[in-house]
Amino acid sequence: MSAQSSQQTSVPEELVARGDGVAVRVDGAASQYLTFMLDGEEYGVEILGVQEIKGWEKCTEIPNTPDYVMGVINLRGAVIPVIDLRRRFGMTPREFGKLTVVIVVRMETPDGNKTMGFVVDAVSDVYNIDHDQVRPAPELDASVETRFVKGLATVDDKMIILLDLDHIVTEY
Amino acid sequence: MSMEEFHEIFFEEADELIEAMESELLEMVFDTDNPDRINNVFRAAHSIKGGSATFGFSEIAETTHVMETLMNCVRDGEIKVTRDLIDLLLSSVDCVKDMLGSAKAGQPADADRAGETKTSLEAFLQAASGDAGDTVTGTAEGADPEPGPQAAAPEQPAAAEPVTQPADTGALPVALREYVIDFHPALELFKTGNDPLHILRALRDLGELEVEVDADSLPALEAFEPDNLYLSWKLRLQTESDPDVVLEAFDWVEDVCSIDLHEIEHRDTVSDPEPETVAQAPVEAAAESAAGAEPAAPESVARAPARSERRATPTEPTSIRVGIDKIDMLINLVGELVITQSMLGEMGENIETCDLEKLREGFLQLERHTRELQENVMKIRMVPISNVFNRMPRMVHDLTAKLGKKLDLVMRGEHTELDKTVMERIGDPLVHLVRNAVDHGIETPDVRLAAGKPERGTLELCAYHANGDVVIEIHDDGAGINRDRVLEKARAKGLVAPEHTLSDQEIHQLIFHPGFSTAEAVSDVSGRGVGMDVVKQNILELGGHVDIASEAGRGSTFTIRLPLTLAIVDGQLLRVGGQVYIIPLVSILESIQLQEANLRSIADRSQLYRIRGEYVPVVALTELFNIPVPDTGRTRDQLLVLVESGQGKIGLLVDDLLAQQQVVIKSLESNYRPVAGVSGATILGDGRVALILDIPGLLRMARRQGEFDTAGTLRVSGPRAA
Repeated sequence: MSAQSSQQTSVPEELVARGDGVAVRVDGAASQYLTFMLDGEEYGVEILGVQEIKGWEKCTEIPNTPDYVMGVINLRGAVIPVIDLRRRFGMTPREFGKLTVVIVVRMETPDGNKTMGFVVDAVSDVYNIDHDQVRPAPELDASVETRFVKGLATVDDKMIILLDLDHIVTEY
Repeated sequence: MSMEEFHEIFFEEADELIEAMESELLEMVFDTDNPDRINNVFRAAHSIKGGSATFGFSEIAETTHVMETLMNCVRDGEIKVTRDLIDLLLSSVDCVKDMLGSAKAGQPADADRAGETKTSLEAFLQAASGDAGDTVTGTAEGADPEPGPQAAAPEQPAAAEPVTQPADTGALPVALREYVIDFHPALELFKTGNDPLHILRALRDLGELEVEVDADSLPALEAFEPDNLYLSWKLRLQTESDPDVVLEAFDWVEDVCSIDLHEIEHRDTVSDPEPETVAQAPVEAAAESAAGAEPAAPESVARAPARSERRATPTEPTSIRVGIDKIDMLINLVGELVITQSMLGEMGENIETCDLEKLREGFLQLERHTRELQENVMKIRMVPISNVFNRMPRMVHDLTAKLGKKLDLVMRGEHTELDKTVMERIGDPLVHLVRNAVDHGIETPDVRLAAGKPERGTLELCAYHANGDVVIEIHDDGAGINRDRVLEKARAKGLVAPEHTLSDQEIHQLIFHPGFSTAEAVSDVSGRGVGMDVVKQNILELGGHVDIASEAGRGSTFTIRLPLTLAIVDGQLLRVGGQVYIIPLVSILESIQLQEANLRSIADRSQLYRIRGEYVPVVALTELFNIPVPDTGRTRDQLLVLVESGQGKIGLLVDDLLAQQQVVIKSLESNYRPVAGVSGATILGDGRVALILDIPGLLRMARRQGEFDTAGTLRVSGPRAA
């Protein structure tokens, strides 16, 4: 296991500067993951889909939607939905605090490109993770349903749960 | 540019040309010998022919070719313009239009119909022209994409040119020469510092270039030397240049290659139906692969890609043509904006209190420029209504011929602009109204004469801007709406209670009622296509409305009011349970303070509100939207907003009315999904998002809720008691 933690400094700015993530270089066998905290666990999403990270702001609620859809926010003129990942995964909701951030992700869906925000407890780090380091998720009664989990990876003796954004985005 | 984009441009231009041809032909009915019109039709046919042949739509090319030949004879005075000729040409135009439609959809053209059209055109040509045999043989070269010798038209229409010759200078040659060049470079060409790609590009600049690559001498991979050039080319070049000029391209490589150039004498009889499908892209492809990067160059790189690129998705092209003046205007405004911004920025560097006045001025300027910029950006989406109006003459022409009526169509304000989306959606309703006017409104000549009216009826189509709306009037001087008969019919159908007396306006509105078939109502000629209720529905959906004024014996006027654009709506902001929502102003009838006494409950939850003798169902938005409400005297200070959609009226309970303002509509779907009862969102002045309510959707929700809760009791109030 030789994954090295990288770019410890100023993750948000770094990512914002990368915009669409086009400039992020990824080796053939490895992907970069942005990790974040959710109920004490560290989760990772592929960085190429991450558009930016912004602080939590109050949403405009949308009527008759599941509780994990917090509402919509104005992202520089675009109206994007914000989803509370804690609620989405059935964890106990928590008061939003100073560290609470919204990870804005752009995904390709069958209906075209969609941009969405995900509320997480805090942003953690960016890792290079080789594909062969990723282990399939065991069928456990983890709080996160297995279909959202792409696999597990171990970095610096920590376990990171890698999420499959496509599923979360299409099944909001 | 990909092949698809060329296709799209071709189709767009062909549609325009077809339209132009049609309107010129219709004008020709009255203006038989105007050489300009004849020329325009000729040119349009010619341009479509050229374009369609280029893209391999040979049926279209053949048909338009005969049309062109026919028009050429007309131009030379060999054939007189008669009604028969015009009708024949019009039906040919229809045929071409349909063929273009199937080509657009990627389907094969209806060959039988094309053949028939062609035959009848040829027959006409034969009958009318003395040396017909001679001219008709010209159709054999119908597939020839290049204008034949007769096509030395005085002015080449520029329209089709960009399609056919992307890399060309645009000037169509008078006499094209065609060369075949065998280009065998030596193995070590690269080592001399030359690149065949440059040569091919140079040749392409001279004219139409067709490239075939010969990769036979490619060695096996292990013997492959990246520095060697193993390829040779066979080139076909159409150009007006002399052989010397063509050979100049090879100046640098003369001594390291063998070049064999010979000119083909004439190419009247071309068997290859699509010699020009080779656009510039393949040239690159062929040459690139020659550059040694890929040893296994496919044999006929030059031909394959162009043909295989059929339209993947049959989406309508959604491009828009914008006048250069509009763009210049935008550039000016952005310039102003930048100036203002830099002025403010400079001021911000070291601000002093005495600058406050200047600062305020600066912000005012900024505001003004932003607003102007917004207005002008909106204008980009604006297209003249003539796009819709132009469909009318043809329809009226056909319809009057069929019904034996005589009619002058007058169109005014064709240049009135409205949003492209609005225009696309108002087309069909407008066609229907015009058809109705011709069908039901205008009387036959004898009836008109008997009524002391001129034999020819007049139908007036008129568009103008008023109060930020677009107004379209359709006025006919026909029989008008027979109000007694409409009323009688409505009573018979139970739409109006017998004791009710209605105003003229109300009676006229009855013809828009879904249960009121136009055919039965005012005339015995059967109605075609959409009914009047659909017309009204469409107009309401666009946020517009339609009024009727009619006088028996004198005619009727339909007045349609439409918003200029769908991107902006005048909205009423309102507060419900801590949330701000927006209702489009057009759907609000009135807002009133709720009087508890007028509120009647039916079976617990469904409520009706009595207003001026009418019962209107009432719903609380908090209930429909499941918004939590603090439990403090719910109906006490609430307001009732009466809204109307095509399906009826409903009263919405809201907490407070806030400002009225124009809001820019943003889609919820683009990043989320459709939400029941919400048509979109907007961003308010403070940057927050507010949802725009979808009134028809709310009505449906309310009905469902009512039916669910009270099993039918609400239905009493469902349809409007007229």
